[in-house]
Amino acid sequence: MSPLLWILVTPLLGGVGIALAGRQPNLREGVTLLTAGALLVQVWMLLPEVLAGARPEAVLFDVVPHVPLAFAVEPLGMIFAAVAGSLWIVNSVYSIGYMRGNKEHNQTRFYLCFAISLSAAMGIAFAGNLFTLFVFYEVLTLSTYPLVTHHGNAAAREGGRTYLGILISTSIALLLTAIVWTWVATGTTDFRPGGILAGAVQGPEVGLLLFLFMFGIGKAALMPIHRWLPAAMVAPTPVSALLHAVAVVKAGVFSVVKVIVYVFGIDLLAAEPSAEWLLYAAGASIIIASLIALQQDNLKRRLAYSTVSQLSYVTLAAAILAPLSVMGAALHIAAHALGKITLFFAAGSIYTAAHKTKVSELNGIGRRMPWTMAAFTIGALSMIGLPPTAGFLSKWYMLMGAYDRAAWFAIGVIMLSTLLNAAYFLPIVYAAFFRKEAPHGHADAHGHGHGHGKGHGHGHHDDHDHGEAPLPIVLALCTTAAGTVLLFFLADVPLSLARQLIGGAP
Amino acid sequence: MILANLAALQVVVPLLSAPIGIALRRPTLAWAWATLVAVAAFACSIGLFFQVQATGTISYAIGNWPAPWGIEYRVDALSSYMLVLISGIAAAVLLYARESVEAEIDEGRIYLFYVAYLLCLAGLLGMVITGDAFNVFVFLEISSLSSYAMIALGRSRRAISAAYHYLILGTVGATFYVIGLGIVYMLTGTLNMGDLATLMEQAAGYRTLEVALAFFTVGLALKLALFPLHKWLPDAYTYAPSVVTAFLASTATKVALYVMIRVFFSVFGAAYLVEGIPVATVLMVLALAAMFSGSAVAIWQTDIKRSLAYSSVAQIGYMVLGVSLITVAGMTAGLLHLFNHALMKGALFLALGAVFLRIGSVHIKDMEGIARQMPLTMAAFVIGGLSLIGVPLTAGFISKWYLMMAAFQSGLWWLAVLIVLSSLLAVIYVWRVVEAAYLRPRPPGAVQAREAPWSMLVPMWGMALANIWFGLDTRFSMGAAEAAARAALGGAG
Repeated sequence: MSPLLWILVTPLLGGVGIALAGRQPNLREGVTLLTAGALLVQVWMLLPEVLAGARPEAVLFDVVPHVPLAFAVEPLGMIFAAVAGSLWIVNSVYSIGYMRGNKEHNQTRFYLCFAISLSAAMGIAFAGNLFTLFVFYEVLTLSTYPLVTHHGNAAAREGGRTYLGILISTSIALLLTAIVWTWVATGTTDFRPGGILAGAVQGPEVGLLLFLFMFGIGKAALMPIHRWLPAAMVAPTPVSALLHAVAVVKAGVFSVVKVIVYVFGIDLLAAEPSAEWLLYAAGASIIIASLIALQQDNLKRRLAYSTVSQLSYVTLAAAILAPLSVMGAALHIAAHALGKITLFFAAGSIYTAAHKTKVSELNGIGRRMPWTMAAFTIGALSMIGLPPTAGFLSKWYMLMGAYDRAAWFAIGVIMLSTLLNAAYFLPIVYAAFFRKEAPHGHADAHGHGHGHGKGHGHGHHDDHDHGEAPLPIVLALCTTAAGTVLLFFLADVPLSLARQLIGGAP
Repeated sequence: MILANLAALQVVVPLLSAPIGIALRRPTLAWAWATLVAVAAFACSIGLFFQVQATGTISYAIGNWPAPWGIEYRVDALSSYMLVLISGIAAAVLLYARESVEAEIDEGRIYLFYVAYLLCLAGLLGMVITGDAFNVFVFLEISSLSSYAMIALGRSRRAISAAYHYLILGTVGATFYVIGLGIVYMLTGTLNMGDLATLMEQAAGYRTLEVALAFFTVGLALKLALFPLHKWLPDAYTYAPSVVTAFLASTATKVALYVMIRVFFSVFGAAYLVEGIPVATVLMVLALAAMFSGSAVAIWQTDIKRSLAYSSVAQIGYMVLGVSLITVAGMTAGLLHLFNHALMKGALFLALGAVFLRIGSVHIKDMEGIARQMPLTMAAFVIGGLSLIGVPLTAGFISKWYLMMAAFQSGLWWLAVLIVLSSLLAVIYVWRVVEAAYLRPRPPGAVQAREAPWSMLVPMWGMALANIWFGLDTRFSMGAAEAAARAALGGAG
C-alpha cells in the first residue's frame, strides 16, 4: 500500500484502538499518543522526497466514471499535512491534561472523533482532485460535529446547529455546484499546476465560479459566513485548538489557496476583472473581524474573531495573485497555526487553572502563570506579525507580493489590521504582567461574573489561589510557542516548499 | 430447464407460493415460508440479471403463445435492474420482519399478512417483467389490492382510513391507466409494448393519442405519488405497520415510475414526448414543486415516519426530474436515484421500525435521547440520513452528483441550483432527529429502551452499509442505470 494511504489509514486504525481501549483511560491515551507519533513520523518521512521535487501519488478506484478517489502530494499539501500532523501530537498531550483536569465526560468519543478528523485532514491535504477534496472536507465537518457538541447541553446544541448548518449548506449549495460546474466545463477535477479552467470559462463566469468556490469553502470563514467559528466556541478548548489551528480552518484556507493556484491558475484570475472582488471581500473581512475582536471580553471569542481575520489574510494573500504573496499565503497557514494554537492552549490553561474566561479578569495573571502568559505573548506577537516570530515572515511575503502587483488596497489593509491586531492583543499582555491582580470579588463588579452558566466552577475565581496549569498543558503550550519562534529562524523548509508551489525549482 | 424458464419463475414462484402460506398459520412458520420464497425470488432475479448481461434481452412467451398474440415477458437491462432491486429489498425486509410484525400485527392475522406480502411482491415483479401493457394493469391491481390490505393491518384505527384513502386514489389511478390503454388499443389494435411502439407512428397524428398520453400520465402520477397527486402517501406510510412502510417506500412507487418510463419511452417514444404535448415540461414543474413542498412539509412533522413519508414525496420529485430531462444523463440520474433512494429509505424505515418496536412510538419527543439506549439502531439511521442528505461516501451523493451533472449538461444551470437548494432542506429534517436522539437527555418517565434484536439489526445494517457500498463502488448501480437509460431512450438521447 502506498505510504500516502498509510498516512490516511493510520489515524483510523488508531481510532479503532481508542474505541477498543475505551475502558482503560491510560491505555486509551497511550494509543492516541502512539498513533499521533506514528502519523508524525510518516508525514515527516515524506518531506525529503517532496523537497527534492518528487510528487508521490496514489489513485484508488473511480467513484463516478472518470472521477477517481486520488491522492497526490504537492508542496502546499505537504505544508498543511506537516502542520496538522505535528500539532496533533502536541494537541493530544494538551488534551490529556485538559480533559482530565476538567473531568470531562465521554472522553473515548472525544479521542475517537479527533482521530477521524485527523484522517480527514490528511485526506484533504493529499487530495489529488476536487472530488476527493470535497469528500474529505465533508468527513471533516461531520467528524468534528460530535466534538463541537461535546457538552451535550442547550448551548452545545445551538452552537452545533450553527456549525453544521453553515458548513454543510455552503459546501453542498456552493462548493458542490462549483465542482460539478468545473467538471462539466473541463472534463476533469484534477489539480494541475497552472490550473485547469483556462479556456473553459470566460468573462463574468470566472468571477461567479470564484464566488461559488470561495463561499462554498465555508471553513475559510470569509465574512459573512464566519458565524460558525465563534459558535463552535462552546466546545472544550482542545477542540477549539483543533478547529483553529490543527485541521478545520486550515483545511479551509488550504482549499482556498489550492483552488486558486491549481484550479483557476493565477494567470487566469489576474487577467480577469470579474475575479477582483475577492481581494476586497477578504480585505473587508480582515478589518471587520478585527474590529469585532476588539470588543470581545470573552478571551476565546476574541481569539475566534482574530482567527476569522487571520484566515482572510491567507485568502487576501492568494487573491493578490502575485507569486510572492501566494508564498506568503502558504507560509501563513503554518505560521498562524502555530501562533493560534499557542493562544488557545493559553486560554485553556487559564480556564483550567484559574477558571477565568474573560479578558477583564486577567490582571496580574502573568505572575501566577508565567509560562502560560509568556507563551501567550509569543503567540500574540506572531499574530501581529513582529519578528522574531513566524507571523512576521508570512506578512513580509504578502507585502512584497502586494508591492509587486501594486495592490495598494491590500497593503493598506495589512497595515491597518496590524495596528488592530496590536490593539486587541497587547493590552492582554500588558494587563497580565504589569497590572495588579484584582482584590477579592472585583470581577463580579462588572456584572457578568456568573451570567453565562457555561462552565463549571465559574465564579469561584475570586478567592481561588492557583499556580500554573497541569504539566501536560504547560508542556504543550511551551512547545508550540517555541515552534512559533523556531519557524522564524528555521524557515528554509517551508520557504522552499512555498517556492515550489509557485513554480520554483526544488 | 430452470434457467430457460427463469423469467416465468420470477413471477410464478411468489404468486403460487402465496396461497400456500394460508395453510401455515403459525406466525414463525408463515414468516419462514415467505422469507424463503422472497430469497428464491431474489436468486431468480440475480440469475436473470446475469443472463441479460451475457446474452442481451430475454423474451419469454407465456404458454408458448408468441408475441404479439400471447403475453410476452421481456427482461432487458432496465427491467433486470428493477427486478434485482425489488426482490432484494423484499428479501431484506422479510429477514427483518419477524419480531416487528409480531409486535405490530394481531397474531391471528399474521399469516395473512405474509400472504399479502408475497402477492404484493409477485404483482410488483410482474409489472416490471411483463411486456404486455394490459398485463401491467393486472399485476398493478394484484400489488395494489394486497398493499391496501397490508396497510389496513396497522394497529392504529387510522390505518383503515389511510388504506381506504389509498384504495380510492389508487383505483382512480389504475382506471386512468386502463382508459389510456383502451384508447391506444383502439388506435393500434395491439397490447404488446414492442408491437405498440412500431404501430405508434401510424397513430401519431391523432388527437386521441394525446388524450391517451394524458390519461396515462395522470394515472401513473397518482400511483407514484407525484405532487400534487401524493395525498394518499403520507397517511399510508405513517399508519401502516413499520415493515410495510419499509417495503412499499422502497419498491411500490419505484415500480410505478418504471411503468411510466416504459409507457413514455418504450411505447410513445422520446421523439413523441419532445414534439407532442409538453408532458416533459409539466413533469419537470411538478417534480420541482414536489422537491420543495415535500421537503418543506417534512421539516414540520413531529411523527418521524410521516416526516420521511413527505421526504419520499420530495425524493420522487428528484427521480421524475431526472426522467423529465429526456437525456441519457438525466434518465441515468433518475434511475440511479430510484435505486439509491430505495436503499436509504429502506435503512431509515427499518431503523424506525426497531425504535417503534422498543418504545412504541416514532414521535420526535419520544425519541429524545434514544441514541444512548439504541446506539446501533440510531447509527444506522444516521447513515441512512446522511445518504438522504447526499453526503459524499454515501449512495445519495452519487445520485445528486449525476442529477446536477445532467442538469448542467442540458444547459439548465438554474436547475442544478434548485436541486442543491432543495437538498439542503433534507439537512434540516434529518438533523432534527439526530439532535433529538443524540443531544437531548431521555425525558423523565420515558420508556427505557434496549437495543433492537439481532434479527432486525443485521438487515438494517446490511441496508445501511449498502448505502456506503454503493456510494463508493458504483459499477453495478451506475452501469445498470446507464444501460437501462440507453435501453429506455433507444439511443434517442
